[in-house]
Amino acid sequence: MSSDLHSDQARAAREAELRDREVPVVEPGHDFASVTEKISALVLTRKTPRFWWVGFAFGFLLLQLLFVAIANLLFRGIGVWGPNVPVGWGMDIINFVWWIGIGHAGTLISAILLLLRQDWRTSINRFAEAMTLFAVACALFYPIFHTGRPWLSFYWLFPYPNTMGVWPNFRSPLIWDVFAVSTYATVSALFWYVGLIPDFATLRDRARSKKFAVVYGMLAMGWRGSAKHWHNYETAYLLLAGLATPLVISVHTVVSFDFAVGIIPGWHATIFPPYFVAGAIYAGFAMVLTLSIPLRKFYGLEDFITMRHLENMAKVMLATGLIVAYGYMMESFMAWYSANPYEKFMIVNRMTGPYAHMYWALIVCNVIAPNTLWIKSLRTNVPYLFFMSLVVSVGMWLERYVIIVTSLHRDFLPSSWGMYSGTFYDWSAFIGTIGLFITLLFLFIRFLPVISIFEMRTLLPAAEIPDEAVPAPRPGETHP
Amino acid sequence: MSAPRDEMPDLSGLTRRMDSQDGRRFWQSLDEIQETPEFLAFLHREFPENASQFEDPAGRRQFLKIMGASMALAGLTGCTRQPEEKIVPFVRAPEDMIPGRPMFFATALVEGGYANGVLVESHMGRPTKIEGNPEHPGSLGATDARAQADILNLYDPDRSRTLTYLGDIRVWDDFVAGLRSALDAQRGAGGAGLRILTETITSPTLAAQMDSILKEFPAAKWHQWDPDGAHSARAGAVLAFGRPTDTRYDFTRANVVLTLDADFASAGPGRLRYIRDHASTRKLDGGRTSMSRLYSVESMPGLMGSQADHRLRLKPSDVEGFARALDAALGGDASAGKTWGAWLDPLAADLRANAGASIVMPGEYQTPAVHALAHAINARLGNVGKTVFHGTSAEARPIDQIASMRDLAYDMERGAVRLLVILGANPAFTAPADLDFARKMDRVPLRVHLGLYDDETAELCHWHVPQAHALESWGDARAYDGTVTIQQPLIAPLYPGCKSPHELLAAFSARPSVKGYDVVRDFWRAGGALGADFELGWRRALHDGVVPGSALVPGAVVPSGSAVAPVSPAASAVPGTPPPPPPSGGMEIAFRPDPSIGDGRFANNGWLQELPKPLTKLTWDNAAHMSPGTAKRLGVTLERTARGIQTDIVELQYRGRSVHAPAWIMPGHPDDTVTVHFGYGRRRAGRVGNNTGFDAYPLRTSDALWSGTGLEVAKTGERYTLACTQDHWSMESRDVVRAATLAEYQATPDYARKRSHEPPREMTMYPNYRYEGHAWGMSIDLNACVGCNACVVACQAENNIPVVGKQQVAMSREMHWLRIDRYYAGGANDPETYHQPMMCVHCENAPCEVVCPVAATVHSDEGLNDMVYNRCVGTRYCSNNCPYKVRRFNFFLYADFETTSLKLMRNPDVTVRSRGVMEKCTYCVQRINQAKMEATAAGRGLRDGDITTACQAACPAQAIVFGDINDKNSRVAKLKAEPRAYGVLSDLNTRPRTTYLGAVRNPNPRMPPIPAGEPIDETAAPQSAPGSAHDEAPAPGHP
Repeated sequence: MSSDLHSDQARAAREAELRDREVPVVEPGHDFASVTEKISALVLTRKTPRFWWVGFAFGFLLLQLLFVAIANLLFRGIGVWGPNVPVGWGMDIINFVWWIGIGHAGTLISAILLLLRQDWRTSINRFAEAMTLFAVACALFYPIFHTGRPWLSFYWLFPYPNTMGVWPNFRSPLIWDVFAVSTYATVSALFWYVGLIPDFATLRDRARSKKFAVVYGMLAMGWRGSAKHWHNYETAYLLLAGLATPLVISVHTVVSFDFAVGIIPGWHATIFPPYFVAGAIYAGFAMVLTLSIPLRKFYGLEDFITMRHLENMAKVMLATGLIVAYGYMMESFMAWYSANPYEKFMIVNRMTGPYAHMYWALIVCNVIAPNTLWIKSLRTNVPYLFFMSLVVSVGMWLERYVIIVTSLHRDFLPSSWGMYSGTFYDWSAFIGTIGLFITLLFLFIRFLPVISIFEMRTLLPAAEIPDEAVPAPRPGETHP
Repeated sequence: MSAPRDEMPDLSGLTRRMDSQDGRRFWQSLDEIQETPEFLAFLHREFPENASQFEDPAGRRQFLKIMGASMALAGLTGCTRQPEEKIVPFVRAPEDMIPGRPMFFATALVEGGYANGVLVESHMGRPTKIEGNPEHPGSLGATDARAQADILNLYDPDRSRTLTYLGDIRVWDDFVAGLRSALDAQRGAGGAGLRILTETITSPTLAAQMDSILKEFPAAKWHQWDPDGAHSARAGAVLAFGRPTDTRYDFTRANVVLTLDADFASAGPGRLRYIRDHASTRKLDGGRTSMSRLYSVESMPGLMGSQADHRLRLKPSDVEGFARALDAALGGDASAGKTWGAWLDPLAADLRANAGASIVMPGEYQTPAVHALAHAINARLGNVGKTVFHGTSAEARPIDQIASMRDLAYDMERGAVRLLVILGANPAFTAPADLDFARKMDRVPLRVHLGLYDDETAELCHWHVPQAHALESWGDARAYDGTVTIQQPLIAPLYPGCKSPHELLAAFSARPSVKGYDVVRDFWRAGGALGADFELGWRRALHDGVVPGSALVPGAVVPSGSAVAPVSPAASAVPGTPPPPPPSGGMEIAFRPDPSIGDGRFANNGWLQELPKPLTKLTWDNAAHMSPGTAKRLGVTLERTARGIQTDIVELQYRGRSVHAPAWIMPGHPDDTVTVHFGYGRRRAGRVGNNTGFDAYPLRTSDALWSGTGLEVAKTGERYTLACTQDHWSMESRDVVRAATLAEYQATPDYARKRSHEPPREMTMYPNYRYEGHAWGMSIDLNACVGCNACVVACQAENNIPVVGKQQVAMSREMHWLRIDRYYAGGANDPETYHQPMMCVHCENAPCEVVCPVAATVHSDEGLNDMVYNRCVGTRYCSNNCPYKVRRFNFFLYADFETTSLKLMRNPDVTVRSRGVMEKCTYCVQRINQAKMEATAAGRGLRDGDITTACQAACPAQAIVFGDINDKNSRVAKLKAEPRAYGVLSDLNTRPRTTYLGAVRNPNPRMPPIPAGEPIDETAAPQSAPGSAHDEAPAPGHP
């Protein structure tokens, strides 16, 4: 092979090399200092940009809508929402499952990808996990407030010894939900917090104002960065990852049992656990994309959240979308194969009944649209990915709508068939929870490091541990 | 110092003093009482800290304001005490009144003038529930929906409370004085200017009072008007027999029944008895293999039409032609009109084969000629004296009420009426439109109204006297067969100024303030019908609820030959009324009383407003009903939304008048006909009844009370939302109601069980629970149920079920624990109709129990699914998981905790549920527990029949049977062993404790098959927005 740089073969080889070169997880040109500086500047030094204020104000406004919705609900009763008999659950449970589902991506990224040693989790896991926590917070609004007597339900569903001598009914999936979701919230919070400790220490050390230093100092819990601390940290983090990993599967499985344990056709299906878990990851990754694309754009974090991350997330979305599509196919097939008239009717009603438009929109959003991600040029097109993530979010909301409403509104006895639609207060509560989510997210962006600083540092070439001991570079020198 | 004693202060002196007062003096005496030492002592003992405030004049007013209510409660007003008149309880003497244990008193409720014998359950001196009187021949213990709902009328907060003159409060003496002066002015002319307007009257006492008034004022006139009265029947009897007669039927001996636009389940004073008797000929339990056959010729579909083995839908105007043809076929006048051929010949053959054991029943809604023809046919068939009985009318004075109203209107117009006294009627709202009654009333110088409500007529009258409810009054009335019931009150009038009709008419007499008690007693004592020992006879009559031997004996009445003459509409011989216009083309209109609220008098009754009408399942509104074909022609479409059914408003133009109405598509309705229900559209019914529905009375003229031609219908382009509780028509091939023909049943008695696969009881991972002791269960016979809704209201009354209002019903949140599902099968034009009462079936494997997170719904060891209200947090998972969808949720605080009078009405044995809890049928667990307690107290076990659920007690057809299935001799155990017995959705392995007996129809093999019309595939039914659902139609020939 000619070593002439200008020969055709050499050029072709270079182009091939460029083409095949993997997009890195961190763009080259960064060292420890620049990484730390860039991320912590968002919190400490950089002036709060105007778009943050705009976004936060918007989210806060919607949050007020949530408070109004809650007050209205508590004073007047859940009749202000749409459920009736036969459709006892409507947007309340749709939104609950939607929010919980979204949270699963964060835990998968934090825990499972950690255990699978996937580097590309690093720059996204912090805010993905934050997204999980905020999504769970939004979700928790619903199990409490959708009940007729929320002032009782928020503690009666927990098993506590009481003078009545009554325990909750452990056979009910709603109690399993309580355990699953509270475990999930607890473990996620712990996991997230533990992961934040070294970064709190960084912020404490670099803080300009005394009060920030004190606050971050308290949150850092005395972290010194010693080898002992790091050793404890790694152990704890791995343990928590190990605890959180099964939760990714189990929590949404338990949520799916809310339906699968019921006898209603359309609910009573054994495919629900894997189908729901896949759907949750699907929706969660869509939300992570929805968050990460503006974040990297507005805060200039393209070096850290690179095309590799976006493409990988798109691939996960595609994979889980295919599983979800398989779920739809199996439902339809089994409805026919079972020869059970109620099941058959359920599927025909979904496809041709009064909510058929929801069903077909769902198919477009969740089956047809994500299959465009097979095409690499689309998969690496950032605006398209953003649009796709919104489509998938909507599609997953539609899926819960179809599962809940179309199954309930026409079940066994035609005399009790009815219709459902969300009321104004259903929507304002939902938008209110979106407001809560946005508010928490913006607060998080402003006050906490959106990317895990110390973990990013481990990705740099400077952090690679060579096989032989090499003396540290002197200032001015770069590593060989 | 002795310990403080908790004794009631002795206020008997005070109360006695106050009892003897009334009106203005009553209020004065209250003032006097404040000063008395007894009262001050009472104050000091009861409210020591406030008593000092009492001495200070300024504080006294404040104090009295606060204490007003408690003074009432302390009994100072005398409102809530038992009347001094001695009423006689049915089972126990008053001395036995034990808190928590109800007593039952027999009395009668009056509807259409006729008595419904009832037993009223009284808790602590207030009536709370109405049951039928088993001793009463009119019902044998059943009630209908309106009788059940009447208790709410008693406690209606919108009832009229005060006697008013032009809106100002007056006392009784003022009224008597005013009436007296008007009467004195009339005395010279013999009372020529006096008119008394009542409704249909059967009360012997009232008739006697009227007689004595008419004797004193010979030129006065007694008019009667009942918008839902038996006008055609009376006129038809006059045609046939020359005088008004009442016709009674004995369905127990009839093998074949033909109804000519007669829905004997919902119309007529004998309806409860007829349902019972007829149902007994259709039940197939106990090894019976034959049943009666019912033919129904109908226009607007009715309850019996839905039970009929053969139904012919005709326009109202065609029924007379059919009757003539039938008469001709059976050997009468051969000059019949149209030939009905295929339908009529087998029918005539069947009737002939069952001569003497058949009934041809004409309906009130037809012409008098149809009645005369039916009487002739019955006579020809030899039914008279065997299944059909003619006798003296039970009415006190049967007259042509239409002519009577025309007379009155004419007299009022020409100024001949100086004093008009209206007893209970509401002619300003219900009078025929062509009479222009309300405007003409204005010409009468003095108008007096006695009524339960300050209604449309009271608005136009000078004096309005509040009427005491039937449960507060002494009186009497006759039932359909003439049996007299002496009414006794259950409670003193809630509002002291209320008067019964007897007390009002007493104002004409020498003793204007005589009590109703005395009026009634005097009449019966004078009459001697209660036997030589009056007191014993009186007590016996009150105890039993019937006066023995008072039934009217059927006489030998033979129809005269003039029945077959062609009949023109009742021509008016009174000058001044315009002749009726000749029938023109266009569509026909039919008027019917509303199935729930009647002629409008029950418009303010929330239970009846919310009661889904038997076939349409509409609530809170009336509609213009039309057939699917007519609807398609007019372009009327119904759309299901989550907020109700959207329909088109159509304009009904008829004889120069026009009314806007929401349209409804009614399978089984004749084409080119519209049926409207009158009774809605009231302006002054009360807070519940105002502005519901549309007023159909403006279209109803005196010459065409029930139907007329020349109707034009057009869409207005506006849409309207109707609240309907069941808008799906077909069973979607799900075998919910399992029906068969008699032949199929005889071939395969257990056809019902064969239609689904119920998992065997042994197929379970866990051992089955062994129900030792009692195991409660229920059986419902679908062959007997006619869908009359009595059970629905009975359940509502017994269990304190709230009313939610139209908007909530439209959102599918009605609270009825028991609903009657109505399924159509076959074609949309001539469907078969089935009624199925559905309530919690108390599954042994209840899907709801597994999923409740707080264990608020649990299973008792006797098989009841118990709902624990105070544990329920309202997640509604149980409702989602219930395949029968019988659970009801309080989305808002539906129960009225505020209105005081309603608090008196509630059943104290049943919790009143608050917001956020689930509720459902409990198999009347309060009754089960009560029976157990009584049995324990009596030292015996429970016997079959000790416990009747509210629905069971109310059912006229005895379709519902409840009992202990572990008792092999109980009725319910035997019914469940019937081959026809099956459980709905039992293939889900729910193991319901309520099972159904399949419906069996008895078609005549020689009758032609039902014309194949559009299949009942819901394309004509309300369409769900957007798009429509194409559901599977049942296989043809599938009954």
